[in-house]
Amino acid sequence: MGSVLEDVAGKRGIEKQIVLPWSRALQMTRENIFVRLGRSAITASGIFLGIAFLAAVLFGASAARLQAAIDFERLGLEHEAGELQARIIWLAAMSLVVATVGIVNSMLMSVTERYKEIGTMKCLGALDSFIVRLFLLEAGLLGILGSALGALVGAGITMLFFVGRVGGWAGILEAWVTTAVEIGGTGIPLWLCIIFSVMLGGILSILAALYPAWRAAKMAPAAALRSEF
Amino acid sequence: MSVYEYIVRTKDLSKFYVLGGTEVRALDDVALDIRRGEYVSIMGPSGSGKSTLFNMIGGLDKPTKGTVFIDEVDMAQLTASELAFLRCRKIGYIFQTFNLIPVMTALENVTLPMVFAGLTTDDALDKGMQLLKTVGLGERYDHKPTELSGGQQQRVAIARAFANDPAIILADEPTGNLDLRTGKEIITLLKQMNEEKKVTVISATHDLKMIDVSDRVVWIRDGKIERIEERKDIELQVGQMEYEEE
Ligand SMILES: Nc1ncnc2c1ncn2[C@@H]1O[C@H](COP(=O)(O)OP(=O)(O)O)[C@@H](O)[C@H]1O
Ligand SMILES: [Mg+2]
Repeated sequence: MGSVLEDVAGKRGIEKQIVLPWSRALQMTRENIFVRLGRSAITASGIFLGIAFLAAVLFGASAARLQAAIDFERLGLEHEAGELQARIIWLAAMSLVVATVGIVNSMLMSVTERYKEIGTMKCLGALDSFIVRLFLLEAGLLGILGSALGALVGAGITMLFFVGRVGGWAGILEAWVTTAVEIGGTGIPLWLCIIFSVMLGGILSILAALYPAWRAAKMAPAAALRSEF
Repeated sequence: MSVYEYIVRTKDLSKFYVLGGTEVRALDDVALDIRRGEYVSIMGPSGSGKSTLFNMIGGLDKPTKGTVFIDEVDMAQLTASELAFLRCRKIGYIFQTFNLIPVMTALENVTLPMVFAGLTTDDALDKGMQLLKTVGLGERYDHKPTELSGGQQQRVAIARAFANDPAIILADEPTGNLDLRTGKEIITLLKQMNEEKKVTVISATHDLKMIDVSDRVVWIRDGKIERIEERKDIELQVGQMEYEEE
């Protein structure tokens, strides 16, 4: 038998010999999300609420404009494009900040619950970057799921609210297909708004998970293993 | 000087913790040479420093002073990736609380170190099934840890520790959470793997059943080595020990 370390000592590029393929990382993330559904729901709910609120505010503004246009037409008046109020935008932005802080908190809890698991993975050879990758993947996926749901619910609630006043579901949908949100005079279609919300939610979640994931990865294995949870 | 080839050597190995202003000497100038292929038990009461020694030899924590050599390489000189490589391929870890990844099946637990080592999925699955059969759990490959008994979980953990054919198995109280009979089965299994795979087994324990299979027993107390017993000294005492335990 050769030396235990003959292929370790002095060899460069050794990190390339320890791998975690993306397919396996994704599978592990999926298992983590579904097995710990409660914790996952808490993490996702922050971004869900934030994006739902943002969507309701933005879609609401365009629905209100639609309603105004209809009312004015009926009364035979010229209508002025209603501007999205700065205050409401502020409110939506703040709600996203709160949602992000919520994710940081929830991911920190999630990391703490898994100290022992993280220590074990390191004993099996995991590099720090694997731990970071797993937590960021998890946060990203939860962010995308939560914000997709949030955008749909936000749009749904807005519709429910305006449906009686603007000529039914078809009326709103028809208008939203071309202009769901109006920014600086340009109309942004519904599908683009939803894609944008999902990306925003995913990115915010990943940003929020950076610190918790880094903290998890940096722990000495012995300390991680000692924790009883 | 000696006919033995040493796989692990520690020199002046010390670990101090400061707790509420007082210094706890968990390990105090420990010099221990472990021979390639031997089964050595680190015996001592609770709090004597066994787990601390386990962590130092396993590269899981840094000593306050002193050195651990694995095959004459100073562990403190290794980079983070080299340490990960060592943990992945050269050392198999076994814990008192089994430490299986709870969301993964038995087979997924066993194959994880092989994935890290870069094996293809097919090779990893084949080898994982083979290892699970070796530890007597071929049928349970699809079970999650919560669906397995303590003894079964420890068997999965042993299969996982052998995933990348390590040179060293490090165990910390592997029978600590098991009943007498299951504990004996696990000890027998470890001894069998030690003989068949020529792997060095280092086991921290205060389970006297372990003495039976050990080539050497290192007794530690208050972070210091009290005495080291060889196989031939041990055999004289085993009969008496079993008598006391019944
Ligand atoms: N992380 C730590 N912080 C403070 N004290 C510790 C820590 N780890 C171990 N100790 C102390 O070091 C001594 C040895 O502990 P340990 O190695 O766990 O003993 P054993 O495994 O033999 O029961 C004990 O007094 C313990 O309280
Ligand atoms: Mg201990």
